[in-house]
Amino acid sequence: MNPGSPPKKNNWSWRSQAFRGVVYQIVAIAAITGVVWFLAHNTLVNMRIRGIQSGFDFLAQSAGFDIGESLYPFDSEESYWHAFLIGITNTLRVAVIGIILATILGTLLGVGRFSRNALVRGLCLTYVELFRNIPVLLQLLLWYVVLTEVLPASSEAWQIGHFFLSKGGLNYPIPVWATGQLWAAFGIVGSFVLIWIYRRWARLQFEATGQPRSGFWVPLLILIACSLIGWALGGAPTELNYPVRGEFSIENGGALTPEFLAVLLGLTLYTASFIAEVVRGGIASVARGQGEAASALGLNRNQEMRLVMLPQALRVIIPPLTNQYLNLTKNSSLAVAIGYPDVVSIANTALNQTGRAVECISIVMLVYLVTSLGTSLLMNWYNSRAAIKER
Amino acid sequence: MRISNLKTLAVVAAALGTLVTLPAHAGKTLDGIKAKGQVTCGVNTGLAGFGAADSAGKWTGLDVDICRAIAAATLGDAEKVKYVPLNAQQRFTALQSGEVDVLSRNTTFTLTRDASLGSTSTVTTYYDGQGFMVPVKSKIKSAKQLKGQTVCVQSGTTTEKNLTDYSKANKLNIKPVVYEQLEAAENAYFTGRCIAYTTDASGLASTRNKKAANPADHVILPELISKEPLGPMVRRGDDEWFAIVKWTIYGLIEAEEYGITQANVDSLKATSVDPVVKRILGTSEDTGKLLGLSKDWMANAIKATGNYGEIFERNVGPKSPLGLPRGVNNQWNKGGLMYAYPVR
Amino acid sequence: MSNSTTFQPIAPRPAPVNTEGPVAWIKANLLADWKTTLSTFIVGGILLWYVPQILNWALFKAHWAADFNLCKIEGSGACWGVVTEKYRAIIFGRYPFDEQWRPLVATVLLTGLLVASCMRMFWRAWLPVLWLVVLALFFVLMYGNVAGLSQVDTDRWGGLPLTILLASLSLVASFPIALLVALGRRSNLPAIKTFCTIYVELIRGVPLISVLFMASFMFPLFMPQGVQIDVLLRVLVGITLFAAAYSAEVIRGGLQAVPKGQVEAAATLGLSYWQTQRKIVLPQALAMVVPGIMNNFISTFKDTSLVAIVSLYELMGAMKMAVNSDADWRPYIMEGYFFIALIYFVFCFAMSRYSHWVEKQVNKSKLR
Repeated sequence: MNPGSPPKKNNWSWRSQAFRGVVYQIVAIAAITGVVWFLAHNTLVNMRIRGIQSGFDFLAQSAGFDIGESLYPFDSEESYWHAFLIGITNTLRVAVIGIILATILGTLLGVGRFSRNALVRGLCLTYVELFRNIPVLLQLLLWYVVLTEVLPASSEAWQIGHFFLSKGGLNYPIPVWATGQLWAAFGIVGSFVLIWIYRRWARLQFEATGQPRSGFWVPLLILIACSLIGWALGGAPTELNYPVRGEFSIENGGALTPEFLAVLLGLTLYTASFIAEVVRGGIASVARGQGEAASALGLNRNQEMRLVMLPQALRVIIPPLTNQYLNLTKNSSLAVAIGYPDVVSIANTALNQTGRAVECISIVMLVYLVTSLGTSLLMNWYNSRAAIKER
Repeated sequence: MRISNLKTLAVVAAALGTLVTLPAHAGKTLDGIKAKGQVTCGVNTGLAGFGAADSAGKWTGLDVDICRAIAAATLGDAEKVKYVPLNAQQRFTALQSGEVDVLSRNTTFTLTRDASLGSTSTVTTYYDGQGFMVPVKSKIKSAKQLKGQTVCVQSGTTTEKNLTDYSKANKLNIKPVVYEQLEAAENAYFTGRCIAYTTDASGLASTRNKKAANPADHVILPELISKEPLGPMVRRGDDEWFAIVKWTIYGLIEAEEYGITQANVDSLKATSVDPVVKRILGTSEDTGKLLGLSKDWMANAIKATGNYGEIFERNVGPKSPLGLPRGVNNQWNKGGLMYAYPVR
Repeated sequence: MSNSTTFQPIAPRPAPVNTEGPVAWIKANLLADWKTTLSTFIVGGILLWYVPQILNWALFKAHWAADFNLCKIEGSGACWGVVTEKYRAIIFGRYPFDEQWRPLVATVLLTGLLVASCMRMFWRAWLPVLWLVVLALFFVLMYGNVAGLSQVDTDRWGGLPLTILLASLSLVASFPIALLVALGRRSNLPAIKTFCTIYVELIRGVPLISVLFMASFMFPLFMPQGVQIDVLLRVLVGITLFAAAYSAEVIRGGLQAVPKGQVEAAATLGLSYWQTQRKIVLPQALAMVVPGIMNNFISTFKDTSLVAIVSLYELMGAMKMAVNSDADWRPYIMEGYFFIALIYFVFCFAMSRYSHWVEKQVNKSKLR
């Protein structure tokens, strides 16, 4: 027989914690709503007085300005939102490459702090302390000054084979787009599936027989083989667009501008020093007994790092590593000071041409929020896979 | 944490969607100036000839002199000016928000700025055009040779748009490298990152003569690819202050037309019989009262800075470091475009 | 005993392997096995090749006098004349030349206060009062208009005083906000939790530069007609809100690490929410997160360099303005950048060393 729960008594006096909680929340909501309404009211009044127009309709209008470098061609007659899209691709371009390079460099430096060799240890320590303690904007500007001062003028570019390096940037031969490349891309996608199948098979084999299979070289081989097969099936195009010395600069070919190189270099070196510290903290957090047990089992230092320390350290490393990835993406917004057309720079131009300050700045903030959200989601998924399952 | 991020996005999106209009009321710039006792003038951060400060903090330039004339007309003292250096992005916000009373910063008058940036054009003080500067050793003689080249430009200016228009019209496919700050753009040109630098021709002259290590190494190309009427701008919605700024500048231009100079303004005030001169200097009619100023408003202005011609000669004229010719900035009866409306 | 055998000493045995001393250290750290020896030679070789060249450029062939003609000589090294010539403009910005003793005294006072706050012997009850006094003195000295000092408006403030002012004020102001927001995020009241979460996630998801743009472009729109906020104050509010969000996350990490049993024990003792926080939770939590907070402090100090983008001439902006406006010295702007980098490095390195020291102090109880 279910006697039922006792009747709920609502105690409306100040002595009840629940009541106090409700009162606090009402006060907080009222205060914040009041402040937000006050700010919004002022904004609208001011905009009306000054004749500033508002609304997002400007996004459909023609942009009227060119963009110096972009992943794909942009014509000045296309709309503002197209320009913003180019800005976003520019930001992602430098962020993704920067994250990959910084992780590699940072891990090497972090592991290097535990090296047997005192010189290597000292170098890693010097690097980390030096690059951590100088503001990132200063580093970006320094690299830009160094690149534009040290590199020769475009008319006297350094040439190595078909590559040119000058103040105009790094010019390289770029394949002319044909169906072969498309098929190669399909091949790469197909190879991911094959690699996944291979890894499953390798893991099952290892658990059954104890025989380890190559975890890196065979997948790499599969990747290369599939892309070559795809390229061959697509007609095996070999035509390349070579850069040539023009009258004042290098023409044709693909180019990486000095702005892109400076931003990439500055961000990579800066973030790598932070990632090195994170990796060091992660490895230091693994109990010393693990390392000792590994050498008792006869693993050399390389194997010990790779098989015992790093996998355990990963759980401690991943949340702060996520932070550093987000920081790198956000620091790429400083490229506006150098002349790299990322999304902040495009928003700046749009803001000045249309006067819609609120809209442009909110677009920028929205872009970064979405990027942060995406990166956090990805790293949270990876973290939950690597997390220690607590009791 | 994911849910909270989504909630954040939703809140931001909702906040942006609530744009409601409300009634407006006009501001009183002149009252504010009289209360503060000074005119707040937005000027360039450092463009020699138009608005630049020396190391002691003394401001000189054509735009600066216009500010001083306005202060002299309004408050009787040309030194009662507070100069606020503004870069290209901040200038309109500073004007809109009331941080400055008048924006005298070699700003081009365009429709977009009048209609959507909350500002109003007053009177053109310098008719200019956009040009290119290249190093002499590049042997470029015309802007049409800049096919596919990199050009340094400052963001937030009409320069960017004009460059695109010119590039499109002449199928030049110019690659702009856009910098946020003026110094960064100039530096990039001087180190050789870009083959050319583009801005208003007067800005080119100023940069070449003041910031190049050797001015003779650089040449300004002959093409002027746009019309750039430069002049002070005021906030929208204050007709009284607009009238004061507008008529002060017309007064300076008309003073040159009728031969009133800084040197002879006192004697002309006392002894002149020319009715036009008497009206300008306030000896016959009190035009100042109609504007809300004192009787000697124009006399004070001319005494402080001289007439338009003198301002031009002192700051950007042929004898100044910039060495620009009068050209289209001459009086209308001498073949130029400066046509002052009658100050009466 | 007839045979008196004299003591025959045997040959001395070889000494045990030396594990102390420089030779042993080199053997262990640089020449341990063939791989280490190889890397020692490679790295050592690279260093021996490049370091003398760098030292040559930076010190031996460099020119220290304020004469740019010297620097134009072929084969000369760095031109530190830029610094000797322009150091006052770099360090004090556009402050009037004759009055530069005022920012000097103000900066020394504030830096002294910051250093003193770090030392244990100053952790007394009168420290907050001292902070208020020194801050008031700082503003009086910089702004003037009293005691015969001429007035200097905030747009003339620049250089090192501005950097230190922005950093210390935003640190001091952001800490209470961060504390409240961290507590709010862990509270059971859904409305407060939501607001705090939105605030932290919103601010952490956007770059500081967009917060500064918002502060400089949009704050004037937010204010009613006629009310004008100083640009310095706007930027300060922006940086403070930004730093508070990051500090809130760090403090929240510490709050999470306090075992639940502590709060439950406090409840059984009859402590209220605020008493629990004040007496039990926060002392433990804050002790744990001191390195994280110090990290945030160092980041905020470095982030003050971004205000150059909204035209406040702090250290980097002042240097660019001083060198760019002078065509003679502009080719040597790289030396100017190195000088600024050195100043930032000195400050940040000192702060990070201090943070290590604090961490060691706090963890003394955990050393076995």
